[in-house]
Amino acid sequence: MAVLTEEQTMLRDMAREWADNESPVTAFRRMRDAAPATYYDPAAWEAQAAMGWAGILVPEAQGGVGMGYLSLGMVLEQLGRTLTATPLAATASATSALLLGGSEKQQAEWLPRIAAGEVIATLAIDEGPRFDPATIATKVEGGRLTGTKLFVAEGDSAQLFVVAASDGLYLVSGDEGVTRSPRKLTDSRSHAELRFDGAPAQKLEGGDDLLTQVADRATAAACAEMLGMAEAAFAQTNDYLKTRVQFGQALSSFQALQHRMAKMFTELELMRSVVEAALEAIDSGRANVSQEVSLAKALANETLHLVSREMVQLHGGIGMTDEHDAGFYLKRARILEAMWGNASWHRERFARLGGF
Amino acid sequence: MATAIEGDAPVDAGEAFRAKVRDWLAANFPPSLKGKDNGMSAVEGPSEPTPDEDAWRKAMGETGWGVPTWPKEYGGGGLSRAESRILQEEMTRAGASNPIGGMGVMMFGPTLLEYGSEEQKREHIPPIARAEIRWCQGYSEPGAGSDLASLQCFAEDRGDHYLVNGQKTWTSGGQWADKCFMLVRTDRTKKHEGITFLLCDMDSPGVEVKPIRLISGSSPFCETFFTDVKVPKTNRVGQEGEGWTIGKRLLQHERSSLSGGSGAGRMFAGTPLSQIAKQYVGVDGEGRIADADLRGRIVRHEMDMRAFMLTLRRASQEAKSNQGPSAATSIMKNVGARIMQERSELLIEIRGLAGLGWEGEGFGDEELRDVRTWLFGKAVSIYGGSSEIQNNVIAKRILGMLDHQ
Ligand SMILES: Cc1cc2nc3c(=O)[nH]c(=O)nc-3n(C[C@H](O)[C@H](O)[C@H](O)COP(=O)(O)OP(=O)(O)OC[C@H]3O[C@@H](n4cnc5c(N)ncnc54)[C@H](O)[C@@H]3O)c2cc1C
Repeated sequence: MAVLTEEQTMLRDMAREWADNESPVTAFRRMRDAAPATYYDPAAWEAQAAMGWAGILVPEAQGGVGMGYLSLGMVLEQLGRTLTATPLAATASATSALLLGGSEKQQAEWLPRIAAGEVIATLAIDEGPRFDPATIATKVEGGRLTGTKLFVAEGDSAQLFVVAASDGLYLVSGDEGVTRSPRKLTDSRSHAELRFDGAPAQKLEGGDDLLTQVADRATAAACAEMLGMAEAAFAQTNDYLKTRVQFGQALSSFQALQHRMAKMFTELELMRSVVEAALEAIDSGRANVSQEVSLAKALANETLHLVSREMVQLHGGIGMTDEHDAGFYLKRARILEAMWGNASWHRERFARLGGF
Repeated sequence: MATAIEGDAPVDAGEAFRAKVRDWLAANFPPSLKGKDNGMSAVEGPSEPTPDEDAWRKAMGETGWGVPTWPKEYGGGGLSRAESRILQEEMTRAGASNPIGGMGVMMFGPTLLEYGSEEQKREHIPPIARAEIRWCQGYSEPGAGSDLASLQCFAEDRGDHYLVNGQKTWTSGGQWADKCFMLVRTDRTKKHEGITFLLCDMDSPGVEVKPIRLISGSSPFCETFFTDVKVPKTNRVGQEGEGWTIGKRLLQHERSSLSGGSGAGRMFAGTPLSQIAKQYVGVDGEGRIADADLRGRIVRHEMDMRAFMLTLRRASQEAKSNQGPSAATSIMKNVGARIMQERSELLIEIRGLAGLGWEGEGFGDEELRDVRTWLFGKAVSIYGGSSEIQNNVIAKRILGMLDHQ
């Protein structure tokens, strides 16, 4: 566990308590069954904003709490544990673009409203089903942006888009020149397709490097959610093995299963280290952020992949049923594995950045 | 291919049979079904058959070729293994798939042929061979999964019939089945020796099924409740208390059919992963899959798959005598499950988020289908004896290791 300040410890504990009590997996199930057009729970998002989480990254001067990425990660980890469906990760990722590349005027216009939870923001980067920030065809001419973005998280409800065009990142707000089409993925969250047809756009400073920096932050946020999911999936599996009796004994008495749990526990410890290290690297502005992020995502992908598969397998028949939660973890896991680059993508970048 | 001309040297018996099959297929296989195989029926349940499908099923039922090696007197094809292979080859060539299947064919039929009375075989085997009757498997209970022998569903002796009370669960196809082969307890004082094998009509008063939804979204299996259900004694297979031996034999048949044979071929038919990867991931300057790491993993999968197919072939060549499935089926079931699951995982990874669509706009039919197959496929390492249980079987029965749970 990273060394936390007193403030961070409080934040983490509060988030954990809130997620456990106010937003358990049954809340996600209710949202899924109700299938709202937003694909998230507005009441939960309001509550999160009221607790200041929408403004975790936003400086105090703009109405936020300015606590940084490790703090954000801690909250997302707790929400990942219970699969809470809110636009926090997407909004925070878009916020990082404003913080890194926004002019004073742009920051003043958006950050206070984001911190207050009034504006849901998101990144619109990819134009294909796989993460590929190097191939972007979206164009801006005369302040008008044209292009199509696939699988935009919270794209069904966001009012502010940070859009990648061939010459950098742009802000697009409102619905002028924007067409949204919902896309239903296995995780029952929002992943809309967006068509921009001459939408008014404002450029952010920073060019190509800004996209890399912003994507790294979004990736780290995804890793934090994945950490929480892996932790919860593992804990539930461990609990189940202790209670399920077959052959007159608890499943947890079988050494074949004990060793598998021990392996997963080990992988989880490694995952926690690399995810926290990536978040800390961002907070302290280290030069090797990209490499730390790639390390984190590659391991997070593999560990969550393993744990989510084992969760179903070790629950046996019950894990295959919709009424059990295992399927929710499995389905959300694959989405996060694909978002912001799969393990191959990040291993490749890690090698490139390391010069081998 | 050269055909024999009358007056030539005597025609090889195999070739004569091949010609016969070919003619028969030309006359009976509806071309509209070419290359079509309802591979999703296991995942989504049966669909209403078209007239062509009906006709094809009837034709295959009449020859008995849907169960080619079963005895002719019970409606089977009565073919030798060699003839059965020729039939399979010719069907593959014609793009025809076998419409006769299900649990009756895969597991119940072979078991009844071995353990059933003459009357039972005459009554139950022909309708299976003609696919007129659907069977389901009443083995698992909430407290008896891997530890099947701890089952509690009780059958009380009432003279000419048993009165069955209790619950089964995960009954695949229970809502569509006509009959159920089930394991029940007839003696509470013994574990394995207190189990009896019964056949129950699903429309008997007191049988109730409740479909359960799976993570793949469909509901192909049920909780099944039995309240004072009468099962005539003539529906008992083997003696009272012999159910465990018979039930285990059936599980061996289940494992061997799950591990593949023709199923394995189907599992890996279709567009090769490498080709799909080129389409979604792109290629480098030399035409290789652009993502080198993914390419490496596809290669590993491809090699695994070939090793599996070669091992299946070697096993079938080695099974010279017709002794039925052996302990090696445990190995094959585990490898088959692993490869199938890896294929599904690779497929969705190759396609990125397009490989994770649940429903609605924006996805191709194959993309959506493969997502459901991926999710349903997580069961293949659980049912029919989970991979862990197969490993226990391998360790104990093949390797002679100690039984320490
Ligand atoms: C889709 C589907 C269809 C099915 N269809 C049918 C059907 O038609 N009829 C029917 O009767 N049943 C059916 N089953 C039930 C299936 O056979 C059982 O789910 C299976 O036997 C496992 O039992 P369980 O679910 O109770 O898991 P458990 O026995 O509780 O096992 C949970 C986990 O512990 C592991 N485990 C258990 N014991 C040991 C051990 N000694 N050593 C190491 N690991 C162990 C298991 O491998 C598994 O991973 C179906 C199941 C599924 C998922």
